[in-house]
Amino acid sequence: MIKTIYSKGKLAAKTGNEVMAEAMRQIEPDVVAAYPITPATEIVQIFSQFVADGKVKTEFIAVESEHSAMSATLAASAAGARAMTGTSSQGLALMWEMLNIAAGLRLPVVMAEVNRAISAPINIHGDQSDTMGARDSGWIQIYSENSQEAYDNMIQAVRIAEKAQLPALVTTDGFIISHCMEVVEMYPDADVKDFIGQYKPARTLLDVDRPYTLGSIDLQDYYFEHRYQLAEGMRQSKKAIAEVAADFAAKFGRKYDFFEKYKLNDAEIAIVVIGSTAGTAKVVVDSLREKGIKAGLLKIRVYRPFNVEEIAKDLAHLKAIAVMDRADSCSGAFAPVYSDVASALFSAGVTSPKLVNYVYGLGGREINTTHIAQIYDDLSQIASGAKKPSNTVEYVNVRIK
Amino acid sequence: MSAKMIEVRWHGRGGQGAKTAALLFAQSVMATGKYIQAFPEYGPERMGAPVQSFNRISDDPITVHSGVTNPNFVVILDPTLMETVNVTDGVSKEGKVIVNTSFSAEEIAKQLGIDKAQVYVVNASQIATETIGRNIPNTPMLGALVKVIGDLDINGVLEDTKTKLSVKFAKKPEVIEGNLASIKRAYDEVKNS
Repeated sequence: MIKTIYSKGKLAAKTGNEVMAEAMRQIEPDVVAAYPITPATEIVQIFSQFVADGKVKTEFIAVESEHSAMSATLAASAAGARAMTGTSSQGLALMWEMLNIAAGLRLPVVMAEVNRAISAPINIHGDQSDTMGARDSGWIQIYSENSQEAYDNMIQAVRIAEKAQLPALVTTDGFIISHCMEVVEMYPDADVKDFIGQYKPARTLLDVDRPYTLGSIDLQDYYFEHRYQLAEGMRQSKKAIAEVAADFAAKFGRKYDFFEKYKLNDAEIAIVVIGSTAGTAKVVVDSLREKGIKAGLLKIRVYRPFNVEEIAKDLAHLKAIAVMDRADSCSGAFAPVYSDVASALFSAGVTSPKLVNYVYGLGGREINTTHIAQIYDDLSQIASGAKKPSNTVEYVNVRIK
Repeated sequence: MSAKMIEVRWHGRGGQGAKTAALLFAQSVMATGKYIQAFPEYGPERMGAPVQSFNRISDDPITVHSGVTNPNFVVILDPTLMETVNVTDGVSKEGKVIVNTSFSAEEIAKQLGIDKAQVYVVNASQIATETIGRNIPNTPMLGALVKVIGDLDINGVLEDTKTKLSVKFAKKPEVIEGNLASIKRAYDEVKNS
């Protein structure tokens, strides 16, 4: 029987896009500037209807491109507004220049992002190539396994961004979550508004009594210090993320962390994965556990900032680990998440687990329990010494030969 | 998949409401207290082209997010699809196929090459025409599916549908009555013979 966790929560059947739009309605930012793109279109389409129907007082700016969407959003933020946008794939790629500026100016813009493959070839389906390409732009990145998490993450992202003075994006996997109707517990408008509170920026460009300069040229004498402060701000944002998660759990009853550890503590083999595939992998972990195989899972929720100390601690006891990337890297080496996990382990002096990289699901390619069971089977063999761990990227469910 | 989870695949043509049917079905089943998923297959959107949509139903939270490949139930909104689409793909010997047709279960079983025990028929197009006034078979097929699945509460489904339609068609009570009557009739008339 379905049930709520929060005493005042209400259950609804909603898609990922619908709950992201609902979260935006409850957050009711001062400004939203957006340009539609599949599969994120519905988010701003539904939200613009809320604006048209007078359900929110938000100023909605229909811009002519994603570059303009991010420009207008960050400018509104600089002027002191709570500002949001939404996009996907090529839209995020077109924002690239302004993404870095939003971060460099330390503006707490919040974005609903739907993960979709990057062109070419053109493809509208889910993979994480788009946000992985923006992983080091200075944006906090929070990934959602399902619609409930997308809703909860959006609400938390507003406070996280404002506390950390960094932009933040929340993602869902394109179509797999964005267009999948599931049971979601929603909280009353007043409770969400109470949780996020009023936005009181320390300074704003429209405060004429306290003028300051924003976005000026910054050469050899100061640029380095400002970029150091940005990187340090990202490191320090872990505190804000943890505090907001604790408040969220106290208020609404759902606990969130940088990573979700599923049957990991006594596991010998584990998968590290981001997004909706974590849910599919949990089904495999359950069935392996029934057979007495000590399988576990670590789901990365917060990928930026990357909590290296914690992930090294969480994974240190394992015999074999598969890091699954839903984005490839044309680096000639490994995919992004694997590279991060490997450096986290190595820098912490954790060298005993065997670590293998699997790239899967590009362009929406199916990833199901059979594929994941095969990866756990590889890990079992690697853990027992029956199989040598691969030292190159392994590809799942792709025709190579 | 857990043994308790039910998976459904809908076959229709673009514009026939296969996606809407899956969404409506999920919402009304949720109203009876179960966890649900509803999602369409996304490809090029063309009126009349074969399309599929899917449901999962469970008493426990559903975490799996892969495609449905071995449905327990297949619902066919347009019988002409049986000539061009492999509608029984991935259906096991225990799986059931529900077809909107005027033919008998025996005739459909023969056409699909499966056991007659697996086939259920209902003339949803005729029911829709007589109750709603238009050939929109997706609504009555909800009732047929509830009946064939067996352990769902038809009154809960009707109640939820009524609530939803009451919002949408507040000024057209005849539309609400027609839709509810179509679900009830298909529930009563779907048969394995």
